[in-house]
Amino acid sequence: MDRMPPWADALLVPLISLVLAAILSALVIIGIGEDPVAAVTLMVKGALGSTYGWGYTLYYATNFIFTGLAVAVAFHARMFNIGGEGQAMLGGLGVALVCLYLPLPHWTVALVAAALGAAAFGAAWAYVPAVLQARRGSHIVITTIMFNFIAAALLNYVLVNLLRPKGAMDPATAKFPEGTHLPTLHDMLAPVGIEFSKAAPANVTLLIALLACLAVWLLIWRTRLGYEIRAFGHSETAARYAGISPVRITVVAMLISGGLAGLMALNTTMGEAERLVLNSVEGAGFIGIAVALMGRSHPLGVLMAAILFGFLYQGGAELALWTNIPRELIVVIQALVILFTGALDNMVRMPLERLFLARRKKEG
Amino acid sequence: MTMMKTILGAAASVALTAGAALADPALIFDLGGKFDKSFNEAAFNGAQRWAEETGGSFNEIELQSEAQREQALRRFAEAGFNPVITMGFAMADPLSTVAPDYPDTKFAVVDVTWLDAPNVRQIGFAEHEGSYLVGMMAAMASKTGTVGFIGGMDVPLIRHFGCGYAQGAKAVNPDINIVANMTGTTPAAWNDPVKGSELTKAQISQGADVVYAAAGGTGVGVLQTAADEGILSIGVDSNQNHLHPGKVLTSMLKRVDVAVYEAMKAGEDLETGVVTLGLSENGVGYALDENNAALVSDEMKAAVDEARQKIIDGEINVVSYYENDSCPALTF
Repeated sequence: MDRMPPWADALLVPLISLVLAAILSALVIIGIGEDPVAAVTLMVKGALGSTYGWGYTLYYATNFIFTGLAVAVAFHARMFNIGGEGQAMLGGLGVALVCLYLPLPHWTVALVAAALGAAAFGAAWAYVPAVLQARRGSHIVITTIMFNFIAAALLNYVLVNLLRPKGAMDPATAKFPEGTHLPTLHDMLAPVGIEFSKAAPANVTLLIALLACLAVWLLIWRTRLGYEIRAFGHSETAARYAGISPVRITVVAMLISGGLAGLMALNTTMGEAERLVLNSVEGAGFIGIAVALMGRSHPLGVLMAAILFGFLYQGGAELALWTNIPRELIVVIQALVILFTGALDNMVRMPLERLFLARRKKEG
Repeated sequence: MTMMKTILGAAASVALTAGAALADPALIFDLGGKFDKSFNEAAFNGAQRWAEETGGSFNEIELQSEAQREQALRRFAEAGFNPVITMGFAMADPLSTVAPDYPDTKFAVVDVTWLDAPNVRQIGFAEHEGSYLVGMMAAMASKTGTVGFIGGMDVPLIRHFGCGYAQGAKAVNPDINIVANMTGTTPAAWNDPVKGSELTKAQISQGADVVYAAAGGTGVGVLQTAADEGILSIGVDSNQNHLHPGKVLTSMLKRVDVAVYEAMKAGEDLETGVVTLGLSENGVGYALDENNAALVSDEMKAAVDEARQKIIDGEINVVSYYENDSCPALTF
């Protein structure tokens, strides 16, 4: 067999990529005259050194889990859904409508109702590109990215002209009623005697995200539909021969993908802001692509990659707060990680593969 | 071992710098970033001026995400920075949750005037009044009878600018044609000079010979194209007359720099409450310097100064877009 052992494939390759990205980032930081060791210490301490830091890291990670899973599911059907951004925006609209206009007595009920709203709106936004792809062959990459702009325009119109409270300057909805406020990790862990930071925004949605990981794993590897999605992704002609309808699989996979992206809004809109703001997704839909690439479209990989990106976001915020490293550079560091783990994956993978094969031949 | 020492040393030095920063002011820039040539940059200039004059230092952060708003407020307040100065209407909501938790810290916020918080200085600007004046100048300078307005992101604040502008232009020439465009519907609209340039060309083809850009960094493209195509433009927030001398009719000044400078100067004794800076406080106005002196005729200046006085005296009422979420002189 000309393959690497699974542990090398899943752990060693991303690890080496990360180290390479870190080295390059350090060089850039030295280049602008700052101390890379201090910067890394600050990032690690700020993101993982306190429950406060964890609270933010996990908050960002929750967003990236949803969008990463969304991209991953579409990947399995060999589709590149880069419309997570727009689907999550529409998900936010779903959450806002549910929270503002349904009489919800308790947060548990609200959470279920809002999750349904978010998933339905996100899925609906993915439906049109999916049908266009399945029936007309319009490329999903083009249509989903166009739908991101349409979503932004739609949300802007709805917020500025319809949902904005009269006279308010901010293009955002009113605050959601008290009954829909989700418990934060602080509220959830206090009864078990764990003191978790009150200020951090991580909330119960994190558990939903973990459930979503499990559900996606079950779906892809333990159900008939998942088998069909994977079969379709590997070879459309073979899938067709086996009696799998390409139209159905394309649409269903994109609906699931869009629904997952939409669920992200639970975290930002219901969990953190408690109202719908215009800019609630802020790139998480695109980060989801990097997360799915790095996690090799496996829910566990997505989970770990999402936590890594959560760390980069929160650590980056700490850098911005306490050093003179400009935010553009923080974006550069994040981009380097994406570049090495996603785009330049083969740069590490191929030499490593050859190395393993050479060793095996020697042993053999 | 040495590695460990370095790390510990670095951590200690970080802790030290954080400790030494006690009671310095902190400045939180909005998502547009510190060098947007406009709103945030004006704040930065004000802070810079304070630092140069007093030799003091301040901490700053350029926000990258919505969740950082509350985070930055809390972290600066916790670290003892005082006052904590923030920019933009989007800070209203996070500020209303954070400010009560730190009653001993003074906060200041620009473009927010409606909070009920005892330790917050809320600074609003009467942008419609300043825009009214530059609208008058645009109408007087226009030969075609068509003037343009290019906004950044389509939000109420920018409609507020456009509304004052249109009223001013109509006051001079009731039949004037006003072409208004917004750059976009995402925050990218604040920093899209290429689109600004395209919109300017489109407005020129509709006959506009004066365009007013209220669009942050996008306005740089508007001013550039206007200068290239030989028409006049109007800058915003900071004095942008110098960008294209002789080609920029004037700039609608919004003295964010003064507001930030004064907040930093007051330090911990910052007066809280709602302050609206209009024409009478010189919080807004139009820019006149050697770069545009040749463009502004005496007659124009006299008319605008008269209108300015009348607005201050209450004889002219410039309708604010916020009053009923609509504009009497312009539909968006």
